[in-house]
Amino acid sequence: MTDSPETEAGKGGRPTLSLRSLRKSYGPVEAVRGVSLDVHAGEVVVIIGPSGCGKSTTLRCLNLLEEPTGGTLRVGDRELDFADRRSLPTGRSLARFRARFGMVFQQFDLFAHKTALENVAIGLVVVRKKPRPEAQRLALDHLARVGLSGMEDRLPRELSGGQQQRVAIARALAMTPEVLLFDEVTSALDPELVGEVLSVMKGLAGDGATMVVVTHEMAFAQDVADRVIFMDQGEVIEEGGAEEVLANPRNPRTRSFLARFRRQEADG
Amino acid sequence: MEHNWDFYAVFIGYEGWWLKGLLVTLVYATGTVVGGLVIGVVCGMGLLANRWWLTAPIHVYVELFRCTPVLVQIIWFFFALPIVIQVDLPGWLAAGIGLTLYMGCFATEIFRGGIISIDKGQWQAARAIGMTYPEMMQHIILPQAIRRMVPPFVNQSVIQFKNTALLYVVAVPDMMYTGYLVVADTYRPLEVYTGVAFAYFLLLYPITQWGKRLEARRDR
Repeated sequence: MTDSPETEAGKGGRPTLSLRSLRKSYGPVEAVRGVSLDVHAGEVVVIIGPSGCGKSTTLRCLNLLEEPTGGTLRVGDRELDFADRRSLPTGRSLARFRARFGMVFQQFDLFAHKTALENVAIGLVVVRKKPRPEAQRLALDHLARVGLSGMEDRLPRELSGGQQQRVAIARALAMTPEVLLFDEVTSALDPELVGEVLSVMKGLAGDGATMVVVTHEMAFAQDVADRVIFMDQGEVIEEGGAEEVLANPRNPRTRSFLARFRRQEADG
Repeated sequence: MEHNWDFYAVFIGYEGWWLKGLLVTLVYATGTVVGGLVIGVVCGMGLLANRWWLTAPIHVYVELFRCTPVLVQIIWFFFALPIVIQVDLPGWLAAGIGLTLYMGCFATEIFRGGIISIDKGQWQAARAIGMTYPEMMQHIILPQAIRRMVPPFVNQSVIQFKNTALLYVVAVPDMMYTGYLVVADTYRPLEVYTGVAFAYFLLLYPITQWGKRLEARRDR
C-alpha cells in the first residue's frame, strides 16, 4: 500500500481527490482495509482486481453511496473524517457533496419512465435548478457528445445496452462533476456493444476528464490509464503506470491475477 | 316450489329507504377507502424509514388487522372501542373507524410494495446525481411506483366496497341493512337480496373494468 502515490502519477500539485486509509465493513466482514488514493485533475486512474476485492466498494465510498467505516476523504476544499460520524454531511449537504462526482453503473440504471433527454436533463433541473429549456439544450449537447443525437425521445427500454450506457454517461457528464466514477460499466454489455462505450470513455479521457475507472477491460486500461491500481482482499497490492503494472507486475498476486485473466480472455 | 317473483313489491313505496341505503353505502365505501389510503401513505412511508420504533408499531397494526376477520373488527370497534378509549363514540363512527383501519393496513402494504418494487439501481442513480431523498421520491420513485400501486389499490377498494355490507350487523343503515328492513316489512327475501346483489354488481363492475384498463395501459 502506498501512502503518497502522487510521485508515481507524475503530476505535481494538490490532488483533486485524496483518500486516506479508507475502511468499510459489513458487519464482521471487512470489504476495504485501508485504501489510500490520490487523483489529480485530468488523471485517469484504473482499478483492477478479482471479484470481491473491494474495488467497487472503494468507488462507491468516494461519493458516499456506501458509508465508510473509517479513513478520510478530501475533494476540492471539502474534507471528511469518517471516524467522526457527526461531522459527516447528511440530507441536502450530503446530496450536494455527491454531485461533485458523476457515476456510471454496471446496469446503466437509467430512470425507466423518462426519455433519454429527460434522463440527462433531470439532474440539471432538480439539483442544479436550471430552467427547463436551458437544461434540455445542455442535455442535447451531452447526448450529442456521446453520439446519441436523434435518440433524445427514446425511453430506456427502446435503446440498446450500449446506447443506454452512453445516456448514463451523458447524465453524469451533464452535472459537470469534478471526478467521474465508472463502476464496471461494460460488464453487463453484449461483447459487440462494449466498443462504443469504451470509445466514448476514451474521448472523455482525451478531453481531460478526471476519471476513476473500475474495470476488467485490460486493453482499455493499457491505452487510457495514467495509473493502474491492483486491489485484492480489500487492499491495494500494486500501483503504478499502466505499462508497469500490466506488463511488468512486481507483486506475485498481481502476476497471477493477470495470468489467470489472460487465460480466460484467450479461452473466451 | 313455485315462487311468484315480484320486484315491484319490494321497491315501490320503499324508494326513500333504498336511496338512503345506497347513499350510506357510497359514503362508507368512499370514506373508508380515502381514509385507508391516507393511512396507507403515512404508514407505508413510516415502514420505509427503517427506524424500528416507527416500523415495529406499524407492523403490529398491519398484522393485527390482516390476521383478524373484518366482521370481528367491526363488531369489536362497535362495542369495545368506545369503552377502551373512554369516549362516547356513536356506533356508526366506531364501526367506520374499524373499516378504515382495515383498508389502511392493506393500503400500507400496497404503498410499501409499490415503492420497493422500483429497481434499487434507480435509487442509487438518483442519489449519485445529487438528489435529496424528497427530490428522488418526487421525481424518480413515486411517479413510477404510483402507476404500479393503482391496480392493486383498485382491487382492494372493490373488496372494501363490498365489506361495507358487513356494517349491517351493527345496524348501520347501508344497502344491506336496508334490505333486511324491507324483508321484515314485505317477507320477500328473494327479491330483496337479489336486488341488493344486483345493485352492488352495477356499482362495482365499472370499477373493476376501469382497473383492468389502467393495468393494460401500464403494460403498454
